[in-house]
Amino acid sequence: MPTYEDFKSQRIVHKYIDVPGIDEIDVYMQHEGFEGFKKALTMKPEDIIAEVKASGLRGRGGAGFSTGMKWELMQKNVEPRYVVGNDDEGEPCTFKDRELSEKLPHQIVEGIMIASYALGAHKAFIYVRGEFVKGYNQIWKAIRQCYEKGLLGKNILGSGFDLDVVAHPGAGAYICGEETALLSSLEGGRGYPKMRPPFPGQVGGGLYRQPSVVQNVETLSNLPAILRYGAAWYARIGVPPANTGTRIYSVSGHVQKPGNYELPLSITLGELIEVAGGLRPGRKLKAVIPGGASMPWFTEQHLNVVMSFDDITKAGSLAGSGSVIVMDDTTCVVKAALRLVEFYKHESCGWCTPCREGLDWLVKILHRIEHGEGREGDLELLADMGDNISGQGTLVGTFGTHRTFCLLGPSGVSPMRSSMNLFREEYEYHIKHKKCMVNG
Amino acid sequence: MSLSDEARQKIQEIAARYPRRISATIPALYVAQAEYGGWLPKEAMVEVAEELDVPPSHVFGVATFYTLFYKEPVGKHVVQLCTNLACMLCGAETLQQHLERKFNIKINGSIRDGTTADGTFTVLPVECLAACGGAPCMIVDTEYYENLTIEKVDKILTQIATQPTVFFKP
Repeated sequence: MPTYEDFKSQRIVHKYIDVPGIDEIDVYMQHEGFEGFKKALTMKPEDIIAEVKASGLRGRGGAGFSTGMKWELMQKNVEPRYVVGNDDEGEPCTFKDRELSEKLPHQIVEGIMIASYALGAHKAFIYVRGEFVKGYNQIWKAIRQCYEKGLLGKNILGSGFDLDVVAHPGAGAYICGEETALLSSLEGGRGYPKMRPPFPGQVGGGLYRQPSVVQNVETLSNLPAILRYGAAWYARIGVPPANTGTRIYSVSGHVQKPGNYELPLSITLGELIEVAGGLRPGRKLKAVIPGGASMPWFTEQHLNVVMSFDDITKAGSLAGSGSVIVMDDTTCVVKAALRLVEFYKHESCGWCTPCREGLDWLVKILHRIEHGEGREGDLELLADMGDNISGQGTLVGTFGTHRTFCLLGPSGVSPMRSSMNLFREEYEYHIKHKKCMVNG
Repeated sequence: MSLSDEARQKIQEIAARYPRRISATIPALYVAQAEYGGWLPKEAMVEVAEELDVPPSHVFGVATFYTLFYKEPVGKHVVQLCTNLACMLCGAETLQQHLERKFNIKINGSIRDGTTADGTFTVLPVECLAACGGAPCMIVDTEYYENLTIEKVDKILTQIATQPTVFFKP
């Protein structure tokens, strides 16, 4: 049975996380700190972009888009241009970015320095979730220490490159983790998503309508090592060529050792659950949500699925933010789904009608089913309303066909739709017997 | 009351970090909220608008969008109790029921219902705090507490009750 000890030597982002004092710049610099950035300064920006593209790195925030390709697509020769770090981690049961902010803030800052140099940005922002007070203070500490060492500011290390980095606090709004809503919030307003195109990388779509690249902080944290050791080294890890590297899996729920585990993308779901201590004694696996609360659910038959972006998609879900929620046989799926749909209802920004009104109704109906007041026809009603919020099919099939500016609405349908597909008999039992099949 | 000179200066300092001063709306509201004892009366929002030279309606719109800005008086310490899935699977409901009985409050998202009679605590149910590895979890003022049990929550809150409030100051 695999344990985390077997994999620790393969860590990239968490390589030095256990070193005492690694959140101080001197200790960070004794552990390869800023070597990636110094290497970058010796290279041409376009060569860095090519290197990052060749590494196969894909965004760790949720969409899994090629980082190098995103950088290539950024509109050229327009000034000013911005790089924005997304540290607004809010996807239920995802908790990797908070840890990175608190324990390895310099690595995030080094990552954004590399991205800014490659993309020709002279101002960068790190948008930190409002609840992460310690993480916010740690990132500011790292930024200040970088200025003191001449790693930020004017003419950095004599290279002629100027860069200022600002950490910006959020204030409690899940939607601001969505990149266009994040930009609205950073511009000082309510966190409303924007219509695409224009995309953030284009004129009109980015911060202050200037070309901008928004990158999750775990993605940024991979850049120093990619620059230090090269794309070829990185591209050998995981499931080459399209699913390279490691990622931080946040495992929570009914496992014995919940926590963040950085593992190669070649790990299977079953191995991951074992690494996280396995289930509690005597319990059976019921369901797993493999990529954050909005992703279609897995069951025991998916234990051999490789936890890479493409393998999870092939198996019918999405890799999302890398969080893995484990539910054992003591879980009422109706209650679990209700809790997640309530979350999306609460976090709907109210901009699009199907999301604002539809999720509210989903919650009302799920609530009455869960509380023994379900009616005949409720399941058909739920399914129909789900289709009206997100278009037909699972979340996987909804890109392009959903009826809202962003994916929050469709995300809120997913827990209901997915759990009902897998455990329809439990929903029916709730309605027929006015009580829960699992907990009475 | 009104914002202190120190707070006004801080808001100006923060505004200077951005290409456009309006971007400082959120951090400036945090500065004002700390000055006003943990919540934002209308006059505080108007003062923030004056400092940033933006319309008061803009500041009001922002303050009402984000959950960490409180629009009515809160207790001395705000307790954010996570109720999302990972915490629910690990016993958050038991903690919620315990605190409701212990303090004779309702933890339903209303500040009035969630504030203890002596005004020491306001307990609010919140969505995922990104500490699911240590579920169930809560934030008191600005500090995270994880792997909670009823005994642990009682001990933490007893200790904090007599301590001064810690505000987030960006």
